[in-house]
Amino acid sequence: MTDLTNLGVKAIRDGVAAGDFTAREVAESFNANVAAAAALNAFIVTTPEHALAAADAVDAKRAAGEELGAMAGVPIGMKDLFATRGVQTSAASAILEGFKPEYESTVSQKLWDAGAGMLGKLNLDQFAMGSSNETSHFGNVANPWKANDGGNAVLAPGGSSGGSSAAVAARLAPAATGTDTGGSIRQPAAFTGISGIKPTYGRCSRWGIVAFASSLDQAGPMARSVEDCAVMLGAMAGFDPKDSTSLDAPVPDWAGALSADLRGKKVGIPKEYRMDGTDAEILASWDDGIAWLKDAGAEVVDVSLPHTKYALPAYYIVAPAEASSNLARYDGVRYGLRDLPEGAGLQDMYAATRAAGFGPEVKRRIMLGTYVLSAGFYDAYYTQAMKVRTLIQRDFNEAFEKCDVILAPTTPTAAFPLGDKLDDPLAMYLNDVFSVPASLAGLPAMSVPSRLNAKGLPLGLQLVGKAMDEQMVLNAGLAIEQRAGFDAAPGKWW
Amino acid sequence: MLRRVSGGKMSNYRIEGATGTWEVVIGLEVHAQVTSNAKLFSGASTQFGAEPNSQVSLVDAAMPGMLPVPNRECIRQAVRTGMAIEAQINAWSRFDRKNYFYADLPQGYQISQLYHPLVGKGSLTIEADEKAGIPEDKVIGIERIHVEQDAGKLMHDQHPTMSYVDLNRTGVALMEIVSDPDMTSPAEAGAYIRKLRAILRYVGSCDGNMEEGSMRADVNVSVRKVGDTELGTRTETKNVNSVRFVMQAIEHEVQRQIDVLEDGGTIVQETRLFDPNTGTTRSMRSKEDAHDYRYFPDPDLLPLELEQEFLDECRASLPELPDAKRARYTGELGLTDYNARELTAEVETFARFETLLAETAKALGKPEAKVATPVANWSLSVAPGVIKALGDEGDMANATPERQAAILKMQDAGEISGGQAKEIFEIVLKTGREPDEIADTEGLKQVSDTGAIEEAIEKIMAANEDKVAEYRGGKDKLFGFFVGQTMKAMQGKANPAVVNQILKDKLG
Repeated sequence: MTDLTNLGVKAIRDGVAAGDFTAREVAESFNANVAAAAALNAFIVTTPEHALAAADAVDAKRAAGEELGAMAGVPIGMKDLFATRGVQTSAASAILEGFKPEYESTVSQKLWDAGAGMLGKLNLDQFAMGSSNETSHFGNVANPWKANDGGNAVLAPGGSSGGSSAAVAARLAPAATGTDTGGSIRQPAAFTGISGIKPTYGRCSRWGIVAFASSLDQAGPMARSVEDCAVMLGAMAGFDPKDSTSLDAPVPDWAGALSADLRGKKVGIPKEYRMDGTDAEILASWDDGIAWLKDAGAEVVDVSLPHTKYALPAYYIVAPAEASSNLARYDGVRYGLRDLPEGAGLQDMYAATRAAGFGPEVKRRIMLGTYVLSAGFYDAYYTQAMKVRTLIQRDFNEAFEKCDVILAPTTPTAAFPLGDKLDDPLAMYLNDVFSVPASLAGLPAMSVPSRLNAKGLPLGLQLVGKAMDEQMVLNAGLAIEQRAGFDAAPGKWW
Repeated sequence: MLRRVSGGKMSNYRIEGATGTWEVVIGLEVHAQVTSNAKLFSGASTQFGAEPNSQVSLVDAAMPGMLPVPNRECIRQAVRTGMAIEAQINAWSRFDRKNYFYADLPQGYQISQLYHPLVGKGSLTIEADEKAGIPEDKVIGIERIHVEQDAGKLMHDQHPTMSYVDLNRTGVALMEIVSDPDMTSPAEAGAYIRKLRAILRYVGSCDGNMEEGSMRADVNVSVRKVGDTELGTRTETKNVNSVRFVMQAIEHEVQRQIDVLEDGGTIVQETRLFDPNTGTTRSMRSKEDAHDYRYFPDPDLLPLELEQEFLDECRASLPELPDAKRARYTGELGLTDYNARELTAEVETFARFETLLAETAKALGKPEAKVATPVANWSLSVAPGVIKALGDEGDMANATPERQAAILKMQDAGEISGGQAKEIFEIVLKTGREPDEIADTEGLKQVSDTGAIEEAIEKIMAANEDKVAEYRGGKDKLFGFFVGQTMKAMQGKANPAVVNQILKDKLG
């Protein structure tokens, strides 16, 4: 029998449905891989019993001849930002350590309803704030990839969905949920040689996802193929009356309509993304992407996104501003950590609880956000950033009059060693330079692996589509996937 | 020494101080709890008086990942209220977060509307009240109405060293109704709140129950010398929860501010608390340690866009409002200003009146305008008098509109006197028996039988021949004597109109 853990979402689902293997066998295989991969620290909590129970339910349904869901028999990893009933939901923070919600997030519930099971809760940057998964209260996640330069440095798996990317790349899970606020699905996908898509803002309900920046947060799938992403996104998306910003639109059959034939389509190449100092190998990978899409029948056109250089600063105003308010609820009063020093009053309890419960990066962003919203600074920062956001949306609208999808690198570099940028927040923030614009515009965007660089590390290409046009993004991704022939996997060292 | 004096017609509340004459500028921010079954952004119940923390949804408790969803009914009620004060309704509005930490505020922010409120400029009119020093009707501007979440409640008396938190009220919808600084006396402020309360209750958007905290006011007060055009520094006294307390708080604050200023001090812009036990205010926090609320648009909510259809429905659902009703009462129904004002002051009062009016008009087969005055008098003075005198002995459930109308019908037909009407009503309240039956069995009917009356009159005339002669000689005043004697002879049950007629005929 083939190693079941090499199979992806669709192969597992179809294999279970066809009776090639049972869902329980699949769950057991992945549970074993998870148990053997503690060195990666991809999971904060493992839930093998959840995966087995879901698998048994699928096997029973199949035996009874009942219809199986789109994710039937597929065990997945759940980013620990999604509330899961009765299972610790920590956002990788001390302040929520031990918090077990009595409710299930809309997205995770939809996945369970579709027949998926949960292998565990995946590590992440604390409150999804970070690009290297080094801000987690539960320790760093190791990228399963290592450079071939003879060094033995452990690399960052990207962030904030670093547990998700590491688990999928290391075959601990065929797929995992991620969330993307400024690149938190795409950048870790690129760093680990997998695919991941952030859909249009509002496609996936935010209900039950621990909020970072409400106007930017979007859930999406991370998997080892474009088709698997399409299947899983279909199970995650859909209107939710419990989320006022949810899109009230039907969910297309993305997987069914996948096509790598791009004849008649135009691919835009934004000149502003050719920044000085960008890694030559990243640029070469981009050129590969252009060639592949041409080969798939697309016409390549130059487009301009003139306000790109303002996107990163605007993002680092808007996202912290929202975060500073969203994280006010972690105050020690009702749930989570409470630090009540002897004889302390309410204000002392707030200060002690939040000082102990939040890590340095979270504190930094709360302070940034508090500052930019303060009286006297609001107009100069927040109002200005919102204007930039409007201009960036306009840039994309104008570009999409000339093209159907935009191709760009996902990140300016390949994965970097853990600790490399930890002391330099600005250098860390620069990692998001290519991913943030699509987030600010609320557009669907995806990363697909293109090649290994000279050090043997994966690089990713990013596709950005029009609002609601995930299909075009997935189709272009598929065209690249077919031509890139990326089938490398990290050598097992953990 | 301060002395209150009367001033000109526009603003007759003046304070005579040691250094000159002062006037007062008052603005009110009224928080009115919206009448709705569910909270502003969650499905939890809004019922008052439930067990602590029994009406708290995941959203209210600000659990991780929970999101607000606007309750359309709360928006509808605020829009209808705006329409009732003839305000501009903003079809596009937006919710903002007001950020501050407190244990009764689970989210760490209140969802409110700073930048784009639901309701813009409007106004209401307070009525002239000479006795209260309001010489003529006055229009008070209303700057805006916005909707926002209420906070929870801290309980400090449950534990020796800890405070408890009750989140039942957390997230309940409030309308904040902000007046212009148009009021110049405690009486005007009192009249404004009473009028606003009446409008809210007419519309049904707030029950106006100040004791339960459904309505409370933040009172902004400043003073200045008469003739000054600049406003003085104001103080804001928070959460005052009765009309009387609002007026007391203003009086105290005015005296305090003038004292400070006349002693050479300056007024600090600050938030103050009212102490109902002493009728005084005290400092809560000054502007220096005021919060920076870091307002910004709530990213969990889309802007609120109201369709014309929704606005049309809101307008169509508005009832007749106090001013219009009062005008109709004095105009169409021919009631006195006093009666119209009394009847329209409270929803219960006009509702009872209008029901009885319809019932009485039906019983008498007459148009409402013809019976409105006796029904008004009955409703405002006769019936309340009997009910009050009877106290616990009476059961209001017995006083059905049908029974009251039956009494008024007998009175209209001259079958019973006013006194008999009261007696019958008293028995109705005590027993629930039918007025017609009471009148018959208890002998509570006027005698209109001319024979019996004529007989009595003839006897009286025979016994008082001297007085008959005096009357006929021009001493008209004696007519009353004959009426009195006749009524006495008839044991008070004769129909006075019949008595008068026969007496006139016989005395010539």
